[in-house]
Amino acid sequence: MRKIILSFLLVLLPGITLASTEGAHLDRADVDLHNQQSLQRGAKLFVNYCLSCHSAQHQRYSRMGRDLGLTDQQVIDNLMFASDKVGNQMTIAMNRKDAKAWFGAPPPDLTLVARVRGADWLYTYLRTFYADETRPFGVNNVVFPSVGMPNVLWELQGVQKPVYKTVEHEGESKDVLDHLELAEPGKLTPTEYDQAVRDLVNFLVYMGEPVQLERKALGVKVILFLLVFFVVAYLLKKEYWKDVH
Amino acid sequence: MAAERTDKWQGGILGWIDDRFPLSSMWNEHLAKYYAPKNFNFWYYFGSLALMVLVIQIVSGIFLTMNYKPDAERAFASVEYIMRDVDWGWLIRYIHSTGASAFFIVVYLHMFRGLLYGSYQKPRELIWLFGIGIFLCLMGEAFFGYLLPWGQMSFWGAQVIVNLFAAIPIIGEDLSVWIRGDYVIADATLNRFFAFHVVAVPLVLIGLIAAHILALHEVGSNNPDGVEIKKNKDANGIPKDGIPFHPYYTVKDIVGVVVFLIFFSIVVFFIPDGGGFFLESPNFEPADPLKTPPHIAPVWYFTPFYAILRAVPSFAGTQVWGVIAMGVAVVVLFFLPWLDRSPVKSIRYRGPIYKAALALFVVDFLVLGYLGTQPVSAGKTFMAQIGTIYYMAFFFLMPIYTKMDACKPVPERVTSK
Repeated sequence: MRKIILSFLLVLLPGITLASTEGAHLDRADVDLHNQQSLQRGAKLFVNYCLSCHSAQHQRYSRMGRDLGLTDQQVIDNLMFASDKVGNQMTIAMNRKDAKAWFGAPPPDLTLVARVRGADWLYTYLRTFYADETRPFGVNNVVFPSVGMPNVLWELQGVQKPVYKTVEHEGESKDVLDHLELAEPGKLTPTEYDQAVRDLVNFLVYMGEPVQLERKALGVKVILFLLVFFVVAYLLKKEYWKDVH
Repeated sequence: MAAERTDKWQGGILGWIDDRFPLSSMWNEHLAKYYAPKNFNFWYYFGSLALMVLVIQIVSGIFLTMNYKPDAERAFASVEYIMRDVDWGWLIRYIHSTGASAFFIVVYLHMFRGLLYGSYQKPRELIWLFGIGIFLCLMGEAFFGYLLPWGQMSFWGAQVIVNLFAAIPIIGEDLSVWIRGDYVIADATLNRFFAFHVVAVPLVLIGLIAAHILALHEVGSNNPDGVEIKKNKDANGIPKDGIPFHPYYTVKDIVGVVVFLIFFSIVVFFIPDGGGFFLESPNFEPADPLKTPPHIAPVWYFTPFYAILRAVPSFAGTQVWGVIAMGVAVVVLFFLPWLDRSPVKSIRYRGPIYKAALALFVVDFLVLGYLGTQPVSAGKTFMAQIGTIYYMAFFFLMPIYTKMDACKPVPERVTSK
């Protein structure tokens, strides 16, 4: 035990830097939470492609429907495959133990993934899978090297192949990833695919904090009230302090 | 008895109460006939603001407690339940999380006011001591509270801090197990931290705040000139430069409160995660004892002290020196009233040495705070070491440089502006 504690201490005191993976360039997601069409398309992608391995266990179907401008019946007919009650949370049937055996680690819950990773990271991640025969699922990822997840959207995106370039670094020449090239087209064109991912990320951002639009709208009112209150409070103070010299 | 009667209301409900409880005399002693110097400036808002943030934290905390589950299996989900399913739960939670950071901003500025105007000097040493006690409680409160959401940063932050105790020779390991109630941060830890956060520390905090204010009202407030207003009284025994706290400072502090609330609301409603400083993004992932986050940094208000901790190299096979340095950095604050040998209180009449030393100290504190948020590198560690040396020098050399400083004469009465 002493060793474990000591090693924690030694490792953690100086803080740890993540080895080189954080440096990858991220594309801007440019999501728009006011765009309900986009959110609805994103929700559809989410329940079709993500919600069999990943749960969203803090998000309720009914709340999602209400926030996305859908009736309960529309949610039940179009978006509910993994549950039977519209008031339920978006859980999955996959057993964590099985999941661990299949993927190395159980796929994380995605309710808050946008708050952990950020929209740009997700947008880039979902678009930068590439063929890599050395990986168990035959794919690797630019922003998440050695990722345990297959490219579930491959039939939409197609298959990308990496193109390497040789760079000189401290006298040695090294092959580094330059860009990805579409080797096999999918059902969507690259532009359509980018938009689909943008919709999906938009939905994930919504799900990270369903109340965010309401929060900002309320904030404007609260601050306007406080500004008026400030004028009143300031005049009151001035009035009282007239006789202090 | 005669003197006592003047403070009593005659007849009516108030008279009935005053015959049984010193309501009017308390009101007068602490508000209506508490004479505060009339020349308070910007820096004097932060005391009343700190009190208001305390109330915000207690009230929002009560509502959070109604829905939070202090259980390692359910804590994280219960926070999300508050954020999604509890009516206005998101607002209460953001108010509480923003309030934690706001508390430290306000208290750091309040303490800086003390350094500016020598508010800790004789006869206000006890006010300062109670104040540092409050600051320590606040640090404890923030530390215990940060574990409760049971996110990754909650877990690993607590792991790092509790492991500091393990660095103490001989008893350290047993001590850290005793604190955690387990070999790692676990359910037992969460439960006891919850108890400390919602019951134990707030009780001590409120007691210390009462003592802080009672001591202040006993000796009277200092002011930007560092002049004792009680030395100049009129025929009625009222300080010539004093004005009743109520209504003058109550109406003035309301203005301060509103301005503060505007800034507070901007954070709560538009940037509730404070740019990743008030709510750290790894904390939206549930605690996982098997997965260390890539970079563990405490919340911003601890980072100056964290930078000091990391700056001190291990020596003679133990890391304890950094822990000691960090402890000293906090504990030295208790000795400030006796370290400062300056004959004057206010920065306005101090000499150039203290002015320069204090300005540099502010820069130093901010730089250390920044360094504490960053992953270590050789250059940054070196900067943190210089910062640590200056931090210590500011306090430990204070008896020397405040004595040799060339002070200006202090006026008899307070000056306006």
